[in-house]
Amino acid sequence: MTYQIADDEERSGGRRFPWPNPGPRILSAARSGLADYGLLIAFFAGWQIASSVEWLNPAVFPPLDRVAYALYLGISSGALIDDIAISLQRSGIAFGAAIAFGIPLGLFMGQIRAVERALDPILQLFRQTSALAVYPVFILMMGLGEASKVFVIFWATLFPILLATIGGVKEVDAKLIEMARTFGASRLTTFRRVVLPASVPSIFVGLRLSATTALLLLIAAEMIGANKGVGFQVMNAQYNFQIPLMFAAIFLLAFLGLAANWVLILLQRRLCRWSPNTP
Amino acid sequence: MSSIETRTKGEVTIRDLTKSFKIDGETLTVLRKVSLDIRGGESLAIVGASGSGKTTLLRVLAGLEEPDGGDVLIDGAPVHGLGRERAVIFQEPRLLLWLRVLGNVAFGLEVQGVDRAEAEERARRYIRLVGLTEFETAWPRQLSGGMAQRVGIARALTVQPEILLLDEPLGALDAMTKMTMQEELTRIWDEEKVTMVLVTHDLEEAIYLADRVLVLPKEKGGSVRLLDIDLPRPRDRNGARFVTFRKQLMAEFGLH
Ligand SMILES: Nc1ncnc2c1ncn2[C@@H]1O[C@H](COP(=O)(O)OP(=O)(O)OP(=O)(O)O)[C@@H](O)[C@H]1O
Ligand SMILES: [Mg+2]
Repeated sequence: MTYQIADDEERSGGRRFPWPNPGPRILSAARSGLADYGLLIAFFAGWQIASSVEWLNPAVFPPLDRVAYALYLGISSGALIDDIAISLQRSGIAFGAAIAFGIPLGLFMGQIRAVERALDPILQLFRQTSALAVYPVFILMMGLGEASKVFVIFWATLFPILLATIGGVKEVDAKLIEMARTFGASRLTTFRRVVLPASVPSIFVGLRLSATTALLLLIAAEMIGANKGVGFQVMNAQYNFQIPLMFAAIFLLAFLGLAANWVLILLQRRLCRWSPNTP
Repeated sequence: MSSIETRTKGEVTIRDLTKSFKIDGETLTVLRKVSLDIRGGESLAIVGASGSGKTTLLRVLAGLEEPDGGDVLIDGAPVHGLGRERAVIFQEPRLLLWLRVLGNVAFGLEVQGVDRAEAEERARRYIRLVGLTEFETAWPRQLSGGMAQRVGIARALTVQPEILLLDEPLGALDAMTKMTMQEELTRIWDEEKVTMVLVTHDLEEAIYLADRVLVLPKEKGGSVRLLDIDLPRPRDRNGARFVTFRKQLMAEFGLH
């Protein structure tokens, strides 16, 4: 007997239906595609029709072909590309810094009880204080330029990452640590081989939460005192009554969010194949 | 199969071992001056009522608990704390979910500084010994309870300890798996020539596996008792003498 790992089967198994008479593959793929995306397609189709026959005010909800055309123009002229680049740069630097700072700090804090207990109240306070509420403070400190924009995103993404990492480390099963010790593992080895891998799924929960927050703060920061960026473009297009362009920018933002989440899920699947909580 | 073979390695001497815990300011003495000689290569079972201190005794032997008094000597030398000549098998498999079966079994050697390739090479032998060769690349979550426990056993064996300390290793398994695993443990013990100290609350398991059974007293202050199980292996659970031993042990606990 040869044993095969049923991973991939298992993962998609929950979503596949046992059709009584499975047709050709393409047909069943189309069926499951329809089941997954049918409603979304219907939503877009409904929008397009409603706008074309003017059930919806096309000045507010332009037909999607005009939105697509605005998107095409923006991208082919390079104007939107610049906006995407600057938005990615702002959120990328902030998110990267939050990771580089939050994960090591969280790992350290989770390990050492006294540190964690001393810092917990202040962390809880900071976490509960909305980053948007303290954005004016950052503007006062750093001006309206790039620094305050990047910093407010960093601030907002830091806490989910930090708290998820601390939580992950604290929840590592003490019995596993004891097991490693019986084999003579040093503190460092135990950390590297047990505590760290056990915390990875929890860290990813924080990362995905942070990615959503990063986008939210990015848009907010770009709507205030910016002259570039996708978030700025939403405001600017609305101000200039370029409604198709406005929707193009909105869809771009949604797409950026989806892409970020998708990258994180792929990474998580690579690193946490073993975890039953991996999407 | 062989009967008791006396070896010079893996000998445990316990002298006047005392251990108590402080619970809410009150001192609870769990082990009171326990003395015992465990022969090298012997299979010793420890039985006793719940709370009688079986786990505590085993954890002191493992070095996971410091005794308040007395000594533990291994091959004549006093030991303090954990040591590589001892390996522990817990009631739960305690597998690392992010490592496949092979990685889990090699884990003990790897943390001891053996490089991965060699550790895995040596791990394979013990994976075969516990009959899981086909599952080498499986993840822990894909294993049944009995299979997971066998991975834990293989992991402990891979570091080639002189002394194997087991705390109710089959306690969570169903009756049939348990019996199969008892047979496997006998075979492994016989092949590896390792000293085995097995905590169990299953009297039949104790008689099936052990050369001697240590009975911890129910009343605090009572003395420990030792029962020699001089039955040839493989043992017949329904044999007349096996049944006699079982009655004798049950009587120790006031059971009939
Ligand atoms: N870390 C500890 N702190 C305080 N008390 C403890 C500790 N470990 C064990 N005890 C106490 O010591 C006594 C013996 O515990 P132990 O776990 O050795 O019993 P046991 O014989 O293994 O029981 P069981 O069959 O239920 O596993 C119990 O009364 C328990 O409450
Ligand atoms: Mg116990």
